[in-house]
Amino acid sequence: MMSRPSDSTKASSWSPVILPDIKDYHKIDVYLASGGYKALKKALGMKPEEVTDEVKKSNLRGRGGACFPTGLKWTFMPKQSAKPKYLCVNGDESEPGTFKDRQIFEFNPHQLIEGIAIACYAMGVATAYLYVRGEYARWAKMMEKALADAYANNFVGDKICGSGFSTNIYIHVGAGAYICGEESALMNSLEGDRGYPRVKPPFPAQFGLWGCPTTINNVETIANVPVIIDRGWEWYSKIGTPKHPGPILVGVSGHVNNPGVFEMATGEPLLEIIHKWAGGVPGNKRIKAVIPGGSSTMILRGEALEGVRMDADSLKAAGSAVGTAGVIVMDEDTDLIRVLTRIAKFYYHESCGQCTPCREGTGWMWKILKRFEESQARKQDIDLLLEVANNIEGNTICALGDAAAWPVQAMVKRFRDEFERRTVPEAAGTAEPAAA
Amino acid sequence: MLSSANLERFDALKRRYPETKALTLPLLWMIQEEYGFISEESMKYAAGLLGVPYGHVLGVVTFYTMFRSKPAGKYHIEVCTNVSCMLRGSGEIMSHLEGKLGIKCGETTKDRRYSLGEVECMGACGKAPMFAVGETYYENLDTRKVDKILDELR
Repeated sequence: MMSRPSDSTKASSWSPVILPDIKDYHKIDVYLASGGYKALKKALGMKPEEVTDEVKKSNLRGRGGACFPTGLKWTFMPKQSAKPKYLCVNGDESEPGTFKDRQIFEFNPHQLIEGIAIACYAMGVATAYLYVRGEYARWAKMMEKALADAYANNFVGDKICGSGFSTNIYIHVGAGAYICGEESALMNSLEGDRGYPRVKPPFPAQFGLWGCPTTINNVETIANVPVIIDRGWEWYSKIGTPKHPGPILVGVSGHVNNPGVFEMATGEPLLEIIHKWAGGVPGNKRIKAVIPGGSSTMILRGEALEGVRMDADSLKAAGSAVGTAGVIVMDEDTDLIRVLTRIAKFYYHESCGQCTPCREGTGWMWKILKRFEESQARKQDIDLLLEVANNIEGNTICALGDAAAWPVQAMVKRFRDEFERRTVPEAAGTAEPAAA
Repeated sequence: MLSSANLERFDALKRRYPETKALTLPLLWMIQEEYGFISEESMKYAAGLLGVPYGHVLGVVTFYTMFRSKPAGKYHIEVCTNVSCMLRGSGEIMSHLEGKLGIKCGETTKDRRYSLGEVECMGACGKAPMFAVGETYYENLDTRKVDKILDELR
């Protein structure tokens, strides 16, 4: 078990607000003594649309990977609705290299609960579901404990804090499927079905859970809400990068001396994150490559990291994405073909199978990559691999297809020499074609 | 089939959802907790409780990787082999386990004490490599630590 919420050392002057370093912060009395649930009471004294407006003006953007403006998403919910409205909080955290929401479950469950209650109030939602991945059974239990305490103190349930507003929060545990982190698959899973993504439109705000208006937000996103309400949008919007502001939980793994989850302001230079926050590369080896935001984001060359910052725009300009801020560091001795083959295997395993390009294509990519891994590939396999990736991208119901294609496209583009080195001369090629 | 305690839990959960079908995953979890796996008979029983066709339950069980339709060993060891763990030696952990237990990944020991499997990213990347046994995560592993854990899991 982790002993500290954020593994942050003195790498910056930032004092954490999502994972503050306060002993026993997960306990309700400690949380309350530190000003917990103050934001909820404040919100209940505002009009719901004022709460939404505050979040909108803060420029908070979703922390689940898509960076969509949270306040704007909330405005998509109909104000008046004959049907019940729902909030789903996405704690399916399964993107390889991502391990931040787990820290919130363990070290700051009440801030998450407080954020859910505020979000429900803003959108007029009477039922919220917190979907936790099945592997996090232990962390779901921690959340159940915190939730029971929140109910006992009337921060959730009937007539919250003596107001006229009532809302329930329920925890729903998944059973092992990466695809359930996709919002429409998550809703189908909650309804008791296979986690198949739905065709959009209709969008969840119109036709979500059981055909009712629904909003889906990531765990970390919601944990930011009490901070915004408590300190105000002006304070929040000035943290980090203006267009993508706020604290962000960055998980660093792979070849670093001090891996872990670090809370920092957005816009921190990637090289600082690796060298200062995460303690640098063991043996002072050269960085060969970095995957900056979870396995689906495009790999960057070690030489191309200068000036790249941990925010949506900077990483986009660098030809990648902030994703879930799961930074995977690879040193000079890393076999990148092996890394990519493992990533391809993951997407093949996790494809739900609805769309042919993804179901078949992910398997083909894995098969071709295994030939490279064994140095048995033919020269034309590089283009074949790219062709398969290009035919998946954009041709599927959900973004899993894209998530499978991007790492392949980026690796071929940025490390083509690695592939070329693993081919055999044409005449000697014995491997069979991938697509049969 | 379900214990009376779990049947009570099941009935209490019904109030949380507008449709009983939403209890498919929670119910299957209860069955797996009680029996260690979900048999065809259990699936038929679940279908009855949920008021859905057997095919629906079968479809769900086969979709989600954590649901088992066959029993596993008393200790089911699941090794993460995804990138972050791979970069920090999960391959060595897996082959060490295979050697110690005398089984391959995907197999169960003859005495049914241990079974070994490979899993996708478990969200333990900061403490890689890792394996899980049930709900417990064992992190920051090396072969010496693995031996110690195996001694404890008797």
